[in-house]
Amino acid sequence: MNRTYELVFIVRPDLVDDEADKLVTGLETAATGSGATLRKTERLGRRRLAYRVRGFREGNYVLFDLETQGPEPIGELQRRLRISEPVIKFLAVRTDELEKRVEKNRRHREARLARRPAPAAPPAPESVAGEHAEPPAAV
Amino acid sequence: MNDGKRTPGSGGSASRGSSGGPKKPFLRRRKVCKFCVERVDKIDYKDYRMLQQFVAERGKIVPRRISGTCTQHQRRLTRAIKQARQIALLPFAAEL
Repeated sequence: MNRTYELVFIVRPDLVDDEADKLVTGLETAATGSGATLRKTERLGRRRLAYRVRGFREGNYVLFDLETQGPEPIGELQRRLRISEPVIKFLAVRTDELEKRVEKNRRHREARLARRPAPAAPPAPESVAGEHAEPPAAV
Repeated sequence: MNDGKRTPGSGGSASRGSSGGPKKPFLRRRKVCKFCVERVDKIDYKDYRMLQQFVAERGKIVPRRISGTCTQHQRRLTRAIKQARQIALLPFAAEL
């Protein structure tokens, strides 16, 4: 099954721009090399950190949006990030379950809207929650 | 069962946040959950500006009974805040 992840990491801010770019592209190849599909990479740029990390108050944020078949590529990437000196923080978050839920909600919502012609003014006063039996809110 | 709502003066014991009955000092407004109202699907840890609204001055997460968030969203919100703290988008503790 396909797992999707978001991987954010912070590169130290005192790197020259192309050094940082080299590092990022290196990680990109590492990602694809270990079996992940890099769906998107975003450079969120320099930001103030909420607290000092390794003495730095600013950091260069990069985001990877990945899709993998198994858990291994992420582990590998994390290993590299941990070792890599310029990377000062990283966080990997799994997003497939989340996306599933979002999609399900959206589908339910659209189905509900399609079921009733909402814009057309109903002749009789219709309670909003007409379709599903909402139990009276007894606490 | 929880009598918190019906019988005020149950001794001020640590009831499970069911602040229904007005105890003498404060009345609790019926606040609504911002996320439920706006039908937000996903609470993003990267959206620190939005998360900041639910964080107190010292960096603490605002309790549900103050912010009015519903349980489900409060849980997700907490998770997002803690994630944001991990990547230094929000502080763990802030100096006043």
